[in-house]
Amino acid sequence: MKNIDILMAGVGGQGTILASNILSEVGLELGYTVKKSEVHGMAQRGGTVESHVRWGDKVYAPLIEQGHADFLVGFEMLETARWPLYLKKGAVVIVNRYRIPPPVVNLGKAKYPSEQEIKSILTSAGGRVIWVEGTRIAEELGNPAMAGVVLLGVLSNMLGCNEDAWVKVIQRLVPEKFLELNKKAFLAGRALQVA
Amino acid sequence: MKKMMTGNEAIAYGAYLNGVRVGAAYPGTPSTEIMDNLSKYQGVYAEWSPNEKVALDTGTGAAYAGTRAMVSMKHVGVNVASDSLFYAVYTGLKAGLVIVSADDPGMHSSQNEQDNRNYARFAKLPMLEPSDSEEAKEYVGIALEMSETFDTPVMLRTVTRISHSSTPVEISEEGPPAPPSEPPLYERNPQKFVMVPAYARGRHIVVEERIKKIAEYAENISINRIEPGDDNIGIIAAGSVYQYAKEVFPEATFLKLGMVYPPPEKLIREFASRVKMVVAIEELDPFFEGQIRQMGIEVRGKDIFPIVGEFNPGLIRQCSVSAGLIPAFEATAEAAAAGTSTTELPIRPPMLCPGCGHRGMFHVFRESGALVLGDIGCYTLGSAPPLSAMHTTGCMGAGIGVAHGIDKAGVKDRIIAVIGDSTFFHAGIHPLINVLYNESTVTVVIADNSVTAMTGHQQHPGTGITLQKKTTRAVNPEQLVRSLGFDKVDICDPYDLDGLAKTLEDHLGSGKPSVIIVRRPCVLYTREKSKAPQIDPELCVNCGTCLELGCSPLMQAEDYVTIDPILCNGCGLCIQVCPAGAISK
Repeated sequence: MKNIDILMAGVGGQGTILASNILSEVGLELGYTVKKSEVHGMAQRGGTVESHVRWGDKVYAPLIEQGHADFLVGFEMLETARWPLYLKKGAVVIVNRYRIPPPVVNLGKAKYPSEQEIKSILTSAGGRVIWVEGTRIAEELGNPAMAGVVLLGVLSNMLGCNEDAWVKVIQRLVPEKFLELNKKAFLAGRALQVA
Repeated sequence: MKKMMTGNEAIAYGAYLNGVRVGAAYPGTPSTEIMDNLSKYQGVYAEWSPNEKVALDTGTGAAYAGTRAMVSMKHVGVNVASDSLFYAVYTGLKAGLVIVSADDPGMHSSQNEQDNRNYARFAKLPMLEPSDSEEAKEYVGIALEMSETFDTPVMLRTVTRISHSSTPVEISEEGPPAPPSEPPLYERNPQKFVMVPAYARGRHIVVEERIKKIAEYAENISINRIEPGDDNIGIIAAGSVYQYAKEVFPEATFLKLGMVYPPPEKLIREFASRVKMVVAIEELDPFFEGQIRQMGIEVRGKDIFPIVGEFNPGLIRQCSVSAGLIPAFEATAEAAAAGTSTTELPIRPPMLCPGCGHRGMFHVFRESGALVLGDIGCYTLGSAPPLSAMHTTGCMGAGIGVAHGIDKAGVKDRIIAVIGDSTFFHAGIHPLINVLYNESTVTVVIADNSVTAMTGHQQHPGTGITLQKKTTRAVNPEQLVRSLGFDKVDICDPYDLDGLAKTLEDHLGSGKPSVIIVRRPCVLYTREKSKAPQIDPELCVNCGTCLELGCSPLMQAEDYVTIDPILCNGCGLCIQVCPAGAISK
């Protein structure tokens, strides 16, 4: 099996940790060796969150090496744009079309980059950018916090595996009362026709 | 069966499986989840101690009594516990004692990046370092056995990338050993356990002989191993760095050290004789490199890799390419050539949460113009713009002592020392006694959010609840400071800006040592939220006063400010500071 390196980026409180937990357990379910790394601590205070998930036959480091990521899943637009150096040529970048302006932008001291600027940062590093209305879809389903699970649905198609493993893991990791909504969010992402 | 576990979960699991019955810790990133997890296993007593020294004494006491124990802390916590570490090495124990030090290279959430491998050499005890979660689980068992075989505490070092990375762990079919049927018996043995000079002199000889024996044992232990490969380069590495180096040098010969101290000299010599060049790849200090060079073996290391900061596979590759050890990796070169720059992107530093009580307090501090000597916790964020109202942060408990010293130096500024509630119980009481005893004109503010917030809401002596959720007596900071002898003590709510400002002025002008407890429970913990106010764009004069609160829901629109009602906690501070009366609920 070829190694698959997936980098996730977002803002504290967006659910990147749950999403990366689901992704790791699915890898294990599919028979891969899996390693995952993220830094918690200050993240709850609205800072940047990154999570590295690696599937493979033999995986050593829990961290993805620059230039090696097969996928970048961005929960927030600006946070996605911070990782071009990690992309492999032809890497797929799934970006949630959602902005959380950082304080410097709110204070009017910096400008939030435009969609075009973000796209160009990622494509010039060799990425193929796919925009997903993750937060909007999750909001329509009843809870914008499930955007990450919508993104996982999109990613699951590209990883070429059937949905059983995913649904099984979601059932295991998501609390009972949010389960149906999360399954719906995952399937909504999976059903999206993305270029 | 395998399960994904973080290094911290695996350490707790390993302790449980190997019969650890007493655990103690003070929370600190990246170590916190170790004790959190251990506390959930049946048959284990686990506690949040007020600080790391108390935790280590607790673990030592349990081990003296013949009960396996584990204590855990972040790297700088070992500084606090170090006095106890040294005596415990002298006395030895009766049952196994593991001391976990979770280091933070890169300072993701710390004030320094000290390399705690140095403590093993300094205090003369063995140290193990796992390179993934499975090893983390295994090494706890090995450490406990070694601890009992050699009658010494054993340190287990992790780093952020081990503690907070998840890798598969084999789940054991068997549970832990059965609990003892009788309560443990404490055997009185003053020559071993009373470290007066006459006995301690004898124990020092034991310590020196012991560490030599452990070094011999290290020659044959399976966790120190040579992995044969290409003999052009021989790499010595441990922990997370071993994993990074395996990515970059899949073909090289490796010496993987599971025990990072004491070093296995014969094994290192044999390894060196097998390869053309020995390279020590290690984060932070040249710990292996220095000792190997002392053996008279030629070794490269810090001439290739940095002494500062956290490593990752890409950095090891870059340095190795620059040193000519390996050819350049195409994709990296390509990405660099593309000139992709992310340096212009706006940064997103952590900040005080909407509704945080610290915000109002720092606003009042800033307005007072006083010098503010601070401490470690969420409230350290009060030093950042736009609040910019804290002027020193060193370590847990430092602020009050530093304030006292600045006052004694004769500085004319009015002086505030600010410390959180959990930090106060950790290291704030002694310097507070000094303020009173040696009479300095310092106003000590205890920023009381009624929980250890920064590390994820752990209980502490003031909350009335233990780690294992038992209701207990709460230590009341107000009663405590009054009983010490402070007669000027007030309690304020940081949501009441005028009230707090008035009290602060009264204290700063009093010319005597005093204490203000600024109390507002952490809103992330209580989950309390009230209706968001609104800004009338007609009345807003766009002066930016509310933005100076540094509150994320307040956003600059074209020529007025708006409030994001989803992010807003409804604390109402912005209503109080708006000079135009444009904000209301």
